[in-house]
Amino acid sequence: MAVPTETTGPATPGTTPAVKPARLRRGSRIPLTPKVLVGAVILIFFALVAIFGPMVAPHSPDWQANSTSSTPLPPSGKFLLGTDQQQHDIFSQVLAGGRDTLLIAFVAGLIATCLSVLIGVTAGYVGGWVDEVLSILSNIFLALPGLLILMVVMTPLPPADTDNPLLIGAVIALTAWAWGARVLRAQTLALRNQDYVESARVIGERKPRIIVFEILPNLLPILASSFIFTVIYGIGTYVSLSWLGVISPATSTWGTMLNTAQQDSAMLGGYWWWYVPPALCVALVGIALALLNFGIDEIINPRLRSARDNRKGVRYTLGLTPVLRTAGNGSPPRSHRATAGSADLPTPVAAASEGKSK
Amino acid sequence: MTPTLSDGTTVVHGPKRPGIPALEARHLTKHFPVHQIGPSRTRQVVHAVEDISLALPEATVTAVVGESGSGKSTLARLLTQLIAPTSGELLLDGVPVGSSAKARREYTRLVHLVLQDPFSSLNAVHSVRYHLERPLKLHKRAGRDDLDTKARELLERVSLSPSERFIDKYPHELSGGQRQRVAIARGLAVEPRVLLADEPVSMLDVSIRLGVLNLLDELRERERLAILYVTHDIASARYLADTALVMYAGQVVESGPATQITDAPAHPYTQLLLSAAPDPARTEPPVLRGRGAPPSLVNPPSGCRFHPRCPFAMAICKEAAPPPLPVATDQVAACWLHSAEHTAPADPPTAAGTGADL
Amino acid sequence: MSAPTAVPAPRAATADTVLEVRDLCIDYGVGAGAVRAVTDATLTLRRGEVLGLAGESGSGKSTLAYGLTRLLRAPGVISGGEVLFHNRPQSSAFGAAPNEVVSAGTEIVDLLGADMAKLREIRWSQLAVVFQSAMHALNPVARIDAQLTDVLKAHRRQMSPTERRERAVELLRMVGISADRLRSYPHELSGGMRQRVMIAMALALEPQLVIMDEPTTALDVVTQREILEELMQLRERLGFAIIFITHDLSLLIELADSIAIMYAGRIVERAGADELFHAPRHPYSLGLLNSFPALHGDRVRMEGIPGSPPSLTALPGGCAFHPRCPYAMDRCRTETPQLVRPVSDPVRTGGEDRVAACWLQDGLQEPPAPLHREATGNGSPATDDTHGSDQ
Repeated sequence: MAVPTETTGPATPGTTPAVKPARLRRGSRIPLTPKVLVGAVILIFFALVAIFGPMVAPHSPDWQANSTSSTPLPPSGKFLLGTDQQQHDIFSQVLAGGRDTLLIAFVAGLIATCLSVLIGVTAGYVGGWVDEVLSILSNIFLALPGLLILMVVMTPLPPADTDNPLLIGAVIALTAWAWGARVLRAQTLALRNQDYVESARVIGERKPRIIVFEILPNLLPILASSFIFTVIYGIGTYVSLSWLGVISPATSTWGTMLNTAQQDSAMLGGYWWWYVPPALCVALVGIALALLNFGIDEIINPRLRSARDNRKGVRYTLGLTPVLRTAGNGSPPRSHRATAGSADLPTPVAAASEGKSK
Repeated sequence: MTPTLSDGTTVVHGPKRPGIPALEARHLTKHFPVHQIGPSRTRQVVHAVEDISLALPEATVTAVVGESGSGKSTLARLLTQLIAPTSGELLLDGVPVGSSAKARREYTRLVHLVLQDPFSSLNAVHSVRYHLERPLKLHKRAGRDDLDTKARELLERVSLSPSERFIDKYPHELSGGQRQRVAIARGLAVEPRVLLADEPVSMLDVSIRLGVLNLLDELRERERLAILYVTHDIASARYLADTALVMYAGQVVESGPATQITDAPAHPYTQLLLSAAPDPARTEPPVLRGRGAPPSLVNPPSGCRFHPRCPFAMAICKEAAPPPLPVATDQVAACWLHSAEHTAPADPPTAAGTGADL
Repeated sequence: MSAPTAVPAPRAATADTVLEVRDLCIDYGVGAGAVRAVTDATLTLRRGEVLGLAGESGSGKSTLAYGLTRLLRAPGVISGGEVLFHNRPQSSAFGAAPNEVVSAGTEIVDLLGADMAKLREIRWSQLAVVFQSAMHALNPVARIDAQLTDVLKAHRRQMSPTERRERAVELLRMVGISADRLRSYPHELSGGMRQRVMIAMALALEPQLVIMDEPTTALDVVTQREILEELMQLRERLGFAIIFITHDLSLLIELADSIAIMYAGRIVERAGADELFHAPRHPYSLGLLNSFPALHGDRVRMEGIPGSPPSLTALPGGCAFHPRCPYAMDRCRTETPQLVRPVSDPVRTGGEDRVAACWLQDGLQEPPAPLHREATGNGSPATDDTHGSDQ
């Protein structure tokens, strides 16, 4: 009747009941689930494209194959993704277009996150009238329609300025920080009452120090998530602005490609190679970021991790704990695994069907 | 409402020792405003702590026993100056505590609070070393060179040896008892005079509670600390403390030497507590005298706050709040039953005979 | 490696038995990463008996209780053993539906093999659970009369709404809540009252077995005592058995008839409450008893148990308690002791053997004096009767 009392092997996260929500601790990594891996791979791929794209592109995005023909050429050996109406090589354009888009989106994300931390955490921790004022500010910015404001702000700008990633990124950030600030404020309010904050006060730490060293590190998962959201928003906004023509089409980005494609009736003409690649790139980057976000969600909420066991063939039903009999004691060695299609018994335990009841 | 004896002196609870007590509180009162929605006719307050005076001499342990809602935690926080009292004053070594920023910082060095939850009183993102070095740095207890030595010393003082094993760990790598010891070590870092412990062992596993309590006892002896031990468990109060105060509905209803109070409780509430507490040595089931729940502190009962539940309530109990009256050596109970003027000589329930199931 | 005393067969099921658990094993997770939370749990519960399940964090006591009722949440799985529930539906109005065939005998239900339908039939009408935190177990947006009548609606379809309401009032009265609180929401009640409502819900169908997981831990000591008194009175009246899970051993000694002490997923000692208090046989039980300061008597320094309960993912080899045990022998490091009757305790004719999982008790050496005391009072072996305690 010997049963192993030792269980060696990696500790499965979240297997003990009543696990407290994990904070980001040194030593805990983002769980490398397939979702996260796929997302990371795609993102790294596009980051490489953004960095090295223009260098490996066969032609410059402004290069024209010839200046007379005005029919877009379909993909061929010479032009991997065909050409557009002005005989620009689409492939080169796509490779070059990522740089600005990603750069601006990340700049926007960075600035917006810094702003939201500054405003949200201060409002949450300090409280009182400071909190009131900052909350009103956040609410105003939250209510403003971002895209419209950006259009209004940016249309009168000279075209040269729309090239400046820092400027554009900052402007986009201005419409994006409010949401993150609210989330961080709420989280700070919750953390403010934690015992370790109280202990820090008892020891005599000053407020700024507590905010930066005690509270902020515990906000990192939420911060990361907020950052990624803002980047996604930034890409979407920038592409929209480009497509709307607010960003001068002189710069070659995915969004401006779409703008040009639309102006020149690419869809009517059936020139799918013109608008599908840039749109696809935008979508893929967005998906990659979202997948990374799922990984961060699993850090914040470890209960999401146990869903993975389903792939091992065990179906968990509330109120019907599965009986697997893998302990190998007493009853004859029979191991039963739940098969996906069992109709009557969610957990087939053959012993039951052999009529154990007297 | 001031609990004074008939000769006008204030009763100060706590162990009686010669000399000036390390920490003294006089007439501490705390009323929390109740957050009201809509127009309020009268301002409602929670009478959390009502006129408590106590003195903590060095090298003593004073227990404050009460159930949740009795105000014991509020009292502890008043003593650390985490909350400002509505009225009353604090004296450190006989000197009233100033309100300047400098005075407050000095106070944080001299009075430390250990909290209940070992899982949240240490910040999960910082190592043990950080937790110990911060107070040393803040209060300039160590130069840059001997920070490490001092931190290791602290670990040894709370019996976490060898210190190498613990100094670079993170809180989640330690057990509950070890975390509590680190929290105590952190308090020792600043060489305080007073250590306040708010339910330090309630969330620890049973078998390690005594280890931490014994540590507090050693610290009392070795470091000459004045210790305040707040708990709901009267058995551990009896084990550790020299003097025990029993709190009910924001007031001290009885105080005296811990063994004396548990052997011969004079106040009906103390008797109720003792009969309800688990006691394996009991031979017969206890008789509970007095049922019901603690009262609302927003509108506490008039006169003696215990009178609605008290099996011995008399007419006077509803009208006037009893002052602490002497019942035995160093033992006082705030109960009209022990006042010669108000009790019929026929059957005063003596301290020795009522309710205590011996 | 011979054990001088053979592992005793589980006590033969008598007409009195209501629950039999044999060698139950429960894991968290499946496959290589699985963690064994309960190993070889064996116990027998008689009708009307109060069994206390004591242990610290990681001992597996809650896991055991939820596991045997198949209420364990993901990723818990049962990996071995047997749980037999001796179902004897009562013919009282609330013990069985009128058109249910009430057999004279007892139906033995294999809880581990039962399907959802059978479990639903057994759960709550015959076997109820009171969860640890009533605040989280009660629906915050439903009034308590609705929650009580829901229970009745689900299991006793033939009752009319008026009957259900009357029954709800009666249940609340039974636990000491006045009928005017019937229309309250859970947040309007105090912690003690919420717990009483939980108990009323559990007893609504007059089950044969009630499992209570730390029912009074979050309550004040006075409220706790009141509720437990009422509970014991109800048990006298309705005759159900109780499995009472708690970490407060001092309370169990007053309350329970027999106690099972769990450590690191195993039951390490089982004895009557009085016997355990006066004459423990396992060093862990001894240490645990020495962790509760006395309310009366001389003040002596007590030590508790050094070290801390092990993590289930890294259990020590052999006896899981040996790193903390003051009497550990070499054997304890490598061989896991089984739950056997200590050699020095005589076999009992009626009633259950007391058992302990410790090599000190195997007869090959003299156990240390604190583990070798004579059980005094009614718990002594010679006069062991049905219930070990006289409370």
